[in-house]
Amino acid sequence: MTTLNTTLPARVSPLVGLRQTASLAWRGLVQIRHNPMELGDLSFQPIMFVLLFTYLFGGAVMGDPVKYLQFMLPGIIVQSGLMATMNTGMGLSTDLHKGFFDRLQSLPIARWSPLAGRVVSDVVKQGWSMTILLATGYLIGFRATQGVVAVLAAFGLMLTFSLLASWFAVFCGTIADEPEKVMMYGFTAIFPLSFLSNAYVPTATLPGWLQAFVKINPVTQLGDALRGLLTGGPVAQHALLGLLGGLVIAVICAPLALLRLKRR
Amino acid sequence: MTKAIVAEGLVKSFGQTKALDGVDLAVSSGTVLGLLGPNGAGKTTAVRILATLLAPDAGMARVGGLDVVKDAHRVRSLIGLTGQYASVDESLTGAENLRLLGRLLGMSRPDARARAAELLRGFHLDDAADRAAKTYSGGMRRRLDLAASLIGRPKLLFLDEPTTGLDPRARNEVWEIVRGLVAEGVTVLLTTQYLDEADQLAGEIVVIDHGRVIASGTPAELKRQTGAQVLAVRPLLDGDTEKVRAVVAELAAKAELENGFITARVTDPAVLPAVVRRLDDAGVTVGELALRTSTLDEVFLALTGHRAEDSVEVTK
Repeated sequence: MTTLNTTLPARVSPLVGLRQTASLAWRGLVQIRHNPMELGDLSFQPIMFVLLFTYLFGGAVMGDPVKYLQFMLPGIIVQSGLMATMNTGMGLSTDLHKGFFDRLQSLPIARWSPLAGRVVSDVVKQGWSMTILLATGYLIGFRATQGVVAVLAAFGLMLTFSLLASWFAVFCGTIADEPEKVMMYGFTAIFPLSFLSNAYVPTATLPGWLQAFVKINPVTQLGDALRGLLTGGPVAQHALLGLLGGLVIAVICAPLALLRLKRR
Repeated sequence: MTKAIVAEGLVKSFGQTKALDGVDLAVSSGTVLGLLGPNGAGKTTAVRILATLLAPDAGMARVGGLDVVKDAHRVRSLIGLTGQYASVDESLTGAENLRLLGRLLGMSRPDARARAAELLRGFHLDDAADRAAKTYSGGMRRRLDLAASLIGRPKLLFLDEPTTGLDPRARNEVWEIVRGLVAEGVTVLLTTQYLDEADQLAGEIVVIDHGRVIASGTPAELKRQTGAQVLAVRPLLDGDTEKVRAVVAELAAKAELENGFITARVTDPAVLPAVVRRLDDAGVTVGELALRTSTLDEVFLALTGHRAEDSVEVTK
């Protein structure tokens, strides 16, 4: 038996790992078929946010809803992207508690593929939400002025940031003793981060002490980079600072999350 | 006979709690080992270590001749795991769950589909194949869990309390499946809280308590050691109690009076007709007479002198 078993492969090749990741990402997406509510969450929520902010605050903040929409839509994209990363944490927490994670860990598959599969399917879902946000904005007057390539770059930038930031969600998923708590932890961090930024209001209108925080907030930087790509303005420095923020989140949270998973 | 599973001196602590405190195990190829113990005894921790989900603090374990820590990936391609954890994705259908696992194990799409269909049919789940697993009954869920662990035709199967919470019919179905697998040559390590279950399925039983092995042997040996059955007699008339006690004491080791019943641990089933004959000879009218299997509690009492405590289960 011993001689026989040592001829088995001792690890998974990266290519096979990617295929396993694809299978697990499929799993995350096929769930939508059984739970159409999830698609609703991914679609109606963005529509509602855009309409609500545009027509409720547009007049007050900038005297004109469409002018405000042009300013604020990139900000909504960042906030809803950050919120969406929490789905990754919720899903992971559910897998941990329902035992599906252990099932996967007992299979001869790449150690990283369950997590990667989940993240990939969530990034796809997030791309969908971002499309809905832009489409809704377009219908009520938002115009991307920098061309198709810039719009695609905006998608790329936002999804890359989400990939990095989702490590925070993954960490929340590993520490929450029930899936619902993940959302609680997540919102506690994401609400202040996304509102204490220039996502919804120009920085100049804020008191000085608040401006100091708003300016270093990665949400501000990323929002400005998206503004640059969608409606014109400087991009490179904001994008780099935004991604740097995401990287800091990942560098802090990823080792903690992996340690938690290993020590269970 | 080759040993499919060997563990020596397994130790695992979680903070202050010592879940395993030096456990040795050996399972011969093609046999069933029953790991018996109350909640919190360390059964689940032992299975998690053997299934490569957890590294032991000390000791070593080999599955299929491979070290579970150093050769974890290879071990994983030999084993199947079913239990309280190691479940399925409830939001997917039964068929989707099985196809996903088939794909993860490297099957082509048509192969995964065919294997899933085969298992669903074999486990009488074909009618529910396209329903989300969360709509399944307890028995169906357990059968799907089992099917999920069999996708890759594992040579070794870990079943962690496979029938806990099932009704007798569903439990029998699971037992039949396990017997079928053993007939095909699969080695099974089964944890259970039920002596009855270990007796039904296992060729050898290891009893653990507080992370230590406290007894082991074939079911017959264990029964000899502990008195596997309990004889209970209640005379119709209270006045006959002493006569009954005398009769039972002659045939069994220790007769005790308990709620109007004279009870005694017995190992020989022939005791029952003998008791009936002697009671009849003594002119005692029997109100109730029973020979029942010892509960795990009684086995524990016999082995350890303390009852199986209902401590908090250590599952992590």
